[in-house]
Amino acid sequence: MSAPAVAGRVPALATGRRAERSLGALAFHLALLLALLVALLTLATLLVDVASKGAGWVDRGFLSSLDSRFPERAGIRPALVGTAWLMVLTALISFPLGVGAAIYLEEMAPRNRLAGFLELNVANLAAVPSVIYGLLGLAAFVRAMQLGRSIMAGSLTLALLILPVIIVASREALRAVPGSIREAAYAVGATSWQVTWRQVLPAALPGMLTGLILGLSRAIGETAPLITLGALTYVNFVPRHPYDRFTAIPIQIYNWVSRPQTEYQHVAAAGIILLLGMLLAMNALAIYLRNRYERRW
Amino acid sequence: MERVQVHVDVARPVRVEASPEPVFELRDVAVSYRGLPAVRGVTLDIPRNRITAIIGPSGSGKSTLLRALNRMNDLIPGARVEGKVLYHGQDLYDPAVDPVEVRRHVGMVFQKPNPFPKSVFENVAFGLRVHGMTDDLKGRVEAALRRAALWDEVKDDLRRNAYELSGGQQQRLCIARAIALEPDTILMDEPCSALDPLATAQIEDLMRELSETYSVVIVTHNMQQAARVSDVTAFITVEADERGRRCGVLVEHGPTDRIFTNPADPRTESYITGRFG
Repeated sequence: MSAPAVAGRVPALATGRRAERSLGALAFHLALLLALLVALLTLATLLVDVASKGAGWVDRGFLSSLDSRFPERAGIRPALVGTAWLMVLTALISFPLGVGAAIYLEEMAPRNRLAGFLELNVANLAAVPSVIYGLLGLAAFVRAMQLGRSIMAGSLTLALLILPVIIVASREALRAVPGSIREAAYAVGATSWQVTWRQVLPAALPGMLTGLILGLSRAIGETAPLITLGALTYVNFVPRHPYDRFTAIPIQIYNWVSRPQTEYQHVAAAGIILLLGMLLAMNALAIYLRNRYERRW
Repeated sequence: MERVQVHVDVARPVRVEASPEPVFELRDVAVSYRGLPAVRGVTLDIPRNRITAIIGPSGSGKSTLLRALNRMNDLIPGARVEGKVLYHGQDLYDPAVDPVEVRRHVGMVFQKPNPFPKSVFENVAFGLRVHGMTDDLKGRVEAALRRAALWDEVKDDLRRNAYELSGGQQQRLCIARAIALEPDTILMDEPCSALDPLATAQIEDLMRELSETYSVVIVTHNMQQAARVSDVTAFITVEADERGRRCGVLVEHGPTDRIFTNPADPRTESYITGRFG
């Protein structure tokens, strides 16, 4: 519709500045790529280093032996079993608590100042340094509840540590369940309990499980809170019940790294490979769950 | 109080019986949200085993009024229903009334099909389980699906997820879910607004069939739909009250053919002829 600005004048498109402009874009592009590569290359270097040091050391003997004064005989079994106990108990304790808290906040709590205050504090808890949780665990579980320096005390502490992660993920999962499902359930005469328990919760479960696994993959690498509440650093027995004393894989790795014999660096690397493998497996499971049950409402 | 007279309408199956007794009697009903009135002053009888259409422009409180009939408004914080809603002569808002029981007898179908993210079977069975109607669960589910004219399309795989069904099938599943509980009234809140014309025609046929057994109340934007399926029509419009707040009011109600051919109120006429709304 609009007429040419000035008849007879054609805007000059070939300004000769094209190369100059593309150069700027290219430089910016490269700078961003570099930022990404710094992170990735650092990680890759670490992985290669660990892999080359620990390569021949992860074997059946390593997994099934107790720790030892001799590097070639040192095994990770007590720490592996300790970590397994910790993870199972932490999951059993934190999941019901976290889901319960999320249901309360999302489905039941009136939208008032108290709910807002609670929400803010849940968010803040996620940022509390883990060593503080260790101190809390030491005071509350080890001493006050007299659980001793046991797996149970460690699990309760780790459960508290990952609770905010689970609460936040569960709330998001609950929020993703459309209101129309709740309405439908109420309209056939379900009580609010039945609506939550039989419709909303099953629909939100995959998202909640993803949150649990992400929480656990944080807990599995935690060292500080466990050392604070008194987990052992040298263990020559396999824990048998939740009230046994214990060690965990990250503590065991730390212990090996700090030994003077150079061979222990290889043992530590083997431990790191095991821990990373477990971590990757857990994250893969979380991603699988998310994709498998992802719904388009 | 004037009872709704059902006139003979040659365009549809003829209903010659005298006006049946009402299933709902609304007396000066007003609904407000957090003190803001949504609809007020509604006095209306809803006849048994008939299809009653509530028509009116957007924001006139049609859906709000519908939700007052099965106490779905209870679920919205700050919602308040005033006046009397009598259901078979009982005050629906009497403190002794259990809203869960109300919703078993007064089923509801929503604007957008909202099946549960479960199998076809479980969609229908859920309400039955909730109310302990689990004797012959399979038979009840089948009967409901047959009455909702969905059985033939789903009978081969009842374990199929309801989300795999088409929109029209999902809406019929929602109807099956409601009628499985053997209600006596079904409320439909613009049940066809998300459906294509073919699926709409199926739902409308179904409504006519259902009205032989149930009382049906349908809220619709679509005047042709009201004219096609309903026996009785109530027209609601939006008006500003003395304080300038916009609120729905009932203009008139009566036999559908009378409302559409010879409305008593000029506002009804201008809405129906498309000059407004």
